Amino acid sequence: MRSIDFLMRQRLVVGLVCLGILIASYAAVVVTDYDVVKGFQSIPKAVKWSSENFYPDEKSLKRLPKIIAKMQETLVTAVTATTCAAFVGFLVAILGANATRPHWVFSIVSRAIASLFRNVDVSAWSLILLFSFGQSMFTGYLALFFVTFGFMVRMLMETIDLSSADTIEALRATGASPSAVITQSVIPTCMPQFVSWTLFMIETNIRSATLVGILTGTGIGNLFDIYYKSLNYHAASLVIVVIVIAVLLIESVSNAIRRVVLQ
Amino acid sequence: MPVLHVENVRKSYGGSSFALDGVSFSIEKGEFVAIIGPSGAGKSTLLRCINRLIAVTSGTVSVDGTDVTKVSNSGLRILRRTVGMIFQHYNLVNRLTVIENVLHGRLGYKSSLSGTFGLFSHAEKIRAYELLQAVGLSEQIYQRCGQLSGGQKQRVGIARALIQDPTLMLCDEPIASLDPNAAKIVMDNLRDINQRLGITVVANLHQVHAAREYAHRIIGVNAGKVVFDGPPSLLTLEIIQQIYGSEAQDLMLADGELHA
Ligand SMILES: Nc1ncnc2c1ncn2[C@@H]1O[C@H](COP(=O)(O)OP(=O)(O)OP(=O)(O)O)[C@@H](O)[C@H]1O
Ligand SMILES: [Mg+2]
Repeated sequence: MRSIDFLMRQRLVVGLVCLGILIASYAAVVVTDYDVVKGFQSIPKAVKWSSENFYPDEKSLKRLPKIIAKMQETLVTAVTATTCAAFVGFLVAILGANATRPHWVFSIVSRAIASLFRNVDVSAWSLILLFSFGQSMFTGYLALFFVTFGFMVRMLMETIDLSSADTIEALRATGASPSAVITQSVIPTCMPQFVSWTLFMIETNIRSATLVGILTGTGIGNLFDIYYKSLNYHAASLVIVVIVIAVLLIESVSNAIRRVVLQ
Repeated sequence: MPVLHVENVRKSYGGSSFALDGVSFSIEKGEFVAIIGPSGAGKSTLLRCINRLIAVTSGTVSVDGTDVTKVSNSGLRILRRTVGMIFQHYNLVNRLTVIENVLHGRLGYKSSLSGTFGLFSHAEKIRAYELLQAVGLSEQIYQRCGQLSGGQKQRVGIARALIQDPTLMLCDEPIASLDPNAAKIVMDNLRDINQRLGITVVANLHQVHAAREYAHRIIGVNAGKVVFDGPPSLLTLEIIQQIYGSEAQDLMLADGELHA
C-alpha cells in the first residue's frame, strides 16, 4: 500500500508543478500587458520584413573577408577559453571530488567556486568584467572562461565520484601514491566525459561568444552590432549566415572527434 | 606470529549503531578463511579495515606484526603493497588494456614520480604477461578490460593482486556477480594461490556452499559480531540459521545441498 501512496503522491506533485507553471505564465502575461493574439499576428509581418530586407546582397559580399576574419577571432577566443577552463576545471574537480580530495575543506571550496562561476550568466560576467578590463577580447575570454570553469568543475566532480570510485579504491589498496591513483585511474576513466563536455562547451561558447562580443565590442558580435545599427541589414544578414555555417562546421567537427574518442 | 590479528575492532559510520562491534580473531599463514554473514552484517567493512581503506573506530588490526591503525601514510603504502585485494565488481579501469590493469598492482612499489607516469620495467611487464598466462588470459592482454566477461575481469583482478607478491589476499565477494562456471574457475584459482604459493586468503562469501568447499575455516558474522569461528565441519544447519537469522530460509531454498 505504501508504494501506491507513493506513486499517487508523485503524480500529485507533477500535477501541481504543471498547474504552477500555467499560473505563472498567465501572471506574466497579465503583468507585462502582453497581448498573446497580437504577438502571434505579428509573426507573418516579421517574416515579410525579413524576406524583403534581411538577406545578403552582392554589395555585402565584398565585406565577406572582414566578416570571416572576425568570425575566426571569435572562434579562437571561444575555443581557447573553453579548453583552458576545462583543464583548470579538471584540476579543481580532482581536488574537490569526494573520492580524490586531500581534505574535506577542498570539497566545500570547490563546490562553492563552481556554483558561483556557473550560476552567474555569461552576459552578467561580461558586464561585471567590463568594469575592470574594458571593451577588449580579454573581457570576453574571461567571461567564457569563468562560466565554463564552473560548469566543468561541477560536472567532473560528479563524474569522478560516480565512475572512478571503484578503481580509486582498488589502486589505493595496492599502495599506489595519490598522484599515481589520479593519473592511472581517474584520468583514464573520466577522459571520455571530459572530452565530451569540453566539446559541448565549445559548441555552446561559440554561440555565447557572439553575444558576449556585442557587449565587449569585439569579434563577430560587434561587427553584427555595427552593421545592424547602421541599418546595413544585408551585411548583418551575411554575418548571421557566416555564424550559422561556422556553428554547423564546429558541430560536425566535434561530432567526428566524439566518434573517435568515445568509440 | 599470525599474518593477521584483529582485536576488539569496532567501527561506527557516525550513527549510534556499530557496523563492527568488537570483532577479534587471528589468522595464521597459509589459511584459507571464508567470512560469511547476511547482507549488512559488516563483512565488507571488516575486510576494508584490514588494509585501512576504512579506518577503525577503536581496536587494533595488525598485518605481519605491523599495527595498521597506527602506521604512517608512507608505512601504510608499504603495508598495502603486500596485501592483495579483489572485489565483487572487479574495480578495473575499463578503458585501459588488460596488461595495464595488471601492472597497476606494481604501483605500491614505485616512487610517486614513476607511478604517476606509469613507468614499468621490462621485468614487470614480463611478470604481468606470465601471470596472465597463468590465469588463462594470454590471448586478451591487449584487449580493453571493458570488453571482457565478468569471469575474465575477475581473473585480471587476481593477476593484479598477485603481481604485488602479496602475503595476504583479501577477497570481497569475488564470485557474487559470476555464473557458476566462472565462479568455479575463480575459486579454483584462489585455492591454487593458497595451496601452491602459500598466500593466506580471506574471502567474504555470500554462498555457504562455496565457503564449505574451499575454506579451511569459516568466520560467521552477524550484526557486526563474530557468531561462529571454526572449520566447515562444525558449521551445522542450526549455526547457519544463527548466522543468517531471517535470511537463512531464502538461503536454504537457494542452496539445496544444505539439506543433504
Ligand atoms: N560508507 C558507509 N556509510 C554509512 N554506513 C555504511 C557505509 N558502508 C556500510 N555501512 C553500513 O554498515 C553496515 C555493514 O555494511 P557492510 O557493507 O560492511 O555489510 P556487508 O556484510 O558487506 O553486506 P553485503 O553482504 O550486503 O555486502 C551496514 O548496516 C551498512 O548500512
Ligand atoms: Mg559487502
